[in-house]
Amino acid sequence: MKFGIIVFPGSNCDHDCLHVVTKVMGQEGFFLWHKEKDLRGADCLILPGGFSYGDYLRSGAMAACSPIMDSVKSFAAGGGLVAGICNGFQILQEARLLPGALMRNQTLKFICKDIYMRVERTDTPFTGACRPGEILKVPIAHMDGNFFTDKKQIERLNEQRQILFRYCDEGGRVDADANPNGSMEAVAGLINEKGNVCGMMPHPERCSESLLRNRDGIKIFESIVNWAARKGA
Amino acid sequence: MMADTTITPKLVEEHGITEEEYRHIESVMGRTPNITELGIFSVMWSEHCSYKSSRVYLKNFPTTGSRVLQGPGENAGIIDIGDGIAVAFKMESHNHPSFIEPYQGAATGVGGILRDIFTMGARPIANMNSLRFGDPTHPRTRYLAKGVVAGIGGYGNTMGIPTVGGEVAFDPCYNGNILVNAFTLGVMDSSRIYLGKASGVGNPVIYVGSKTGRDGIHGATMASDVFGEGGEERRPTVQVGDPFTEKLLLEACLELMATDAIVGIQDMGAAGFTCSTFEMADRAGSGMVVDLDKVPKREEGMTPYEIMLSESQERMLIVARQGREDDVRRIFEKWDLDVAVVGQVTDDGRVRVMSEGRVVADIPVAPIVHEAPLYERPVAEPSWQREAQKLDIESVEIPADMNETFLKLMESPNLACKSWVWEQYDHMVMTNTVVTPGADAAVLRLKGTDKGIAVTTDCNSRYCYLDPYAGAALAVAEAARNLSCVGATPLAITDCLNFGNPEKPEIMWQFRQAVAGISEACRQFDTPVTGGNVSLYNETKSEAIYPTPTIGMVGLLDDVNKHATPWWKDEGDVILLLGASEPDLGGSEYLYAIHKRVAGRPPQVDFDREKAVQNAVRTCIRRGLLRSAHDVSEGGIAVALAECSLTRPSGMLAATVTLTDDVRPDVLLFGECGARIIVSTTPADAQAVIEIARELGAPAREIGRVGGRMLAVNNLISVAVAELHQRWSSAMPKLMGE
Repeated sequence: MKFGIIVFPGSNCDHDCLHVVTKVMGQEGFFLWHKEKDLRGADCLILPGGFSYGDYLRSGAMAACSPIMDSVKSFAAGGGLVAGICNGFQILQEARLLPGALMRNQTLKFICKDIYMRVERTDTPFTGACRPGEILKVPIAHMDGNFFTDKKQIERLNEQRQILFRYCDEGGRVDADANPNGSMEAVAGLINEKGNVCGMMPHPERCSESLLRNRDGIKIFESIVNWAARKGA
Repeated sequence: MMADTTITPKLVEEHGITEEEYRHIESVMGRTPNITELGIFSVMWSEHCSYKSSRVYLKNFPTTGSRVLQGPGENAGIIDIGDGIAVAFKMESHNHPSFIEPYQGAATGVGGILRDIFTMGARPIANMNSLRFGDPTHPRTRYLAKGVVAGIGGYGNTMGIPTVGGEVAFDPCYNGNILVNAFTLGVMDSSRIYLGKASGVGNPVIYVGSKTGRDGIHGATMASDVFGEGGEERRPTVQVGDPFTEKLLLEACLELMATDAIVGIQDMGAAGFTCSTFEMADRAGSGMVVDLDKVPKREEGMTPYEIMLSESQERMLIVARQGREDDVRRIFEKWDLDVAVVGQVTDDGRVRVMSEGRVVADIPVAPIVHEAPLYERPVAEPSWQREAQKLDIESVEIPADMNETFLKLMESPNLACKSWVWEQYDHMVMTNTVVTPGADAAVLRLKGTDKGIAVTTDCNSRYCYLDPYAGAALAVAEAARNLSCVGATPLAITDCLNFGNPEKPEIMWQFRQAVAGISEACRQFDTPVTGGNVSLYNETKSEAIYPTPTIGMVGLLDDVNKHATPWWKDEGDVILLLGASEPDLGGSEYLYAIHKRVAGRPPQVDFDREKAVQNAVRTCIRRGLLRSAHDVSEGGIAVALAECSLTRPSGMLAATVTLTDDVRPDVLLFGECGARIIVSTTPADAQAVIEIARELGAPAREIGRVGGRMLAVNNLISVAVAELHQRWSSAMPKLMGE
């Protein structure tokens, strides 16, 4: 299948995502420059991590206004798969493709370390290769990952089962100690109501090869490829 | 500064220029310089840019070798690692700015060293650093440490270049002068090296990157002076970093370098536009005419003096091939960066600076670059040196409770777990970091090859204070040992030589001794010096820092799959000690942290033993015989064993060890003699490892087994690893008030 990886000024996990989809997964992958409009037939779009526009305004706010985002919104409206990782998650929120906001970490510091996250749903294009309730070890690396929204929205997210990943400890327990950034409901990743747009703060592309001592992240990419194969992409 | 400012002796002095230097300037110019020209001379002949006190010694460094493609004198050194691949690397200090404004000072230090690397045509793949702060209880230490760490992270993280390791140490000698040494390594095609050369008469000189503002004027001169009271008032001379623009600049430069449109490129670092124009013209033996009206500016009404001396960040100077201006423009405009043709290459050997149709500076290139003052300053061994080296070991009381002594050492600021620091650095972006921070050295894979690169930064400045020659040689030896412990063959070094005021004979003596120690050790390990920098005047109110010659060393793994990590792997594995312990406590962390003493002679380097032990560990790693490897350094064998037990990512694992050396228990546990590595193997492979080591001339013996929950050494230490971990890992956050 074809992965289009969108490059905003300041994206810096674009090459990492391309490496995993092409070299590890053996799929087709290409960069899409943010000033373009044509998605060149991509089956899945990845908005990679980084510091688009330096995060000098709110994280993701400027990139959400890039020319390519109109095409991303139409693609998503048509049911296309869109995955935002880290800064990509922030951009999807700013573009209103996912709800809530990602505020500064509770510690007010940048945090780069391995965390555990619990897979809350496996009936999605992004998690089909996981076991229900599976605990994945995946690194985070961000300054603004503290998920926040209002109470009503949280209820709605729970009702609609839109919380895709929750921070947890090694044994799967969700509590304050296992929550690295203060996220409400321990949200590490979300999916939209329709189930085709997902965003996550952890970086699966950083833990998809045994040389890097951890292959838990590859399950996200395998899920996407399996899903597309079933749909005949 | 207005163009018609009269040059007075007071003005000359304020520019840090001596009377004798001023007479030389007048003879070079054949007339009285104007204010812009005086400013240009003052930065070009500052200690920071001209190395006027240190050059006489630096020429003793070994700088050549079969792998060296570029030695000192360019923006960075380059070594060949085979198969058409080369790595460019360098380390630079940003000490003075970081003390004045820690976040921006450290951030722009990272920005500057990154530009030095991608200027050569290399894509940066790893940052490292070496940081020194004052006493943890000093009122400014927390503020400085937090600011520096956040600044390093803020710049590197935004750029998407991982910060993969380094070192952090605390000592009261840095209370008034912290050290921030930043290292970057990049990877490149060995046949596409770009140099800072302005060749080809008529070729356009192009300015790219950020606009020029009034920030950082006279940064190089500031870095060449000692601090008195009120150092913070110099904040306006510290530059402000914009890592987002630098990320765009990096991508645009690399995109441009993939074409054949340019002949030379250099970043505008210290002394900004001045340094880049003169150095580029000098390297090509050419000249240059530049028009300041065309320079993109952030502020109105800037004088030629200010434009020439600004140290605004994220700027580069390019000399393109004639007719290729539009290729350059197209790429930089794609990345939303300023681009302007500001001049052209000439053949008259002069840099002529124009503004509003007038010549505002006209200086011959060769004299300003090559006739910078050169001082062979007086040298004298400090009167206290011999006294400081005396240590009567009988006067050191043996602690009654070794367990508690051990725990205290583990939570001492210099030995405590530094994850508080490196968790603020993105150390994984680019997905090359095979061995992450906290190990002996970082290991990076090179995608598309089997190769790996290992990097480390090392220096124990207390050793250097007690014996600058031995201390500097030990820094090189330890760097080589650290690389060997991950399985890499040491190839070359870069260095940051941080010292006090060179006008004092004792400081120059320290400098001379340290350079001699590095030179000898680099010859022994066959690791040439490919570049670096010198930072002098690290003094406040006449208190100099300890001599701190930081070594950044680079090594190669032919097969990155065959690397080692420091932590124990499995219950029942056999623990071996490669090397042998010599009874020694001089300059040790134990003596400092427990007995509050800085005394004795540091361990002396036994080069033959070092080389044998390092060769043995590398050989065993290559043959797949080792489960773990970790060197013994600060804190001695007890601390090394603890680190093997605590750093394991999948849960701690302890060990039971028996040491048979017939020495005092504190010397046995905490002595720091070099050339020792702790390794573990399966029981089946233990004998093979011992035999290989002995064949290669390295002592080797079994000292214990991996397993259990209690770390035990003889009948001296028996501590639960959980408690050890708690004390070790909570110390840094506590020191930082969290």
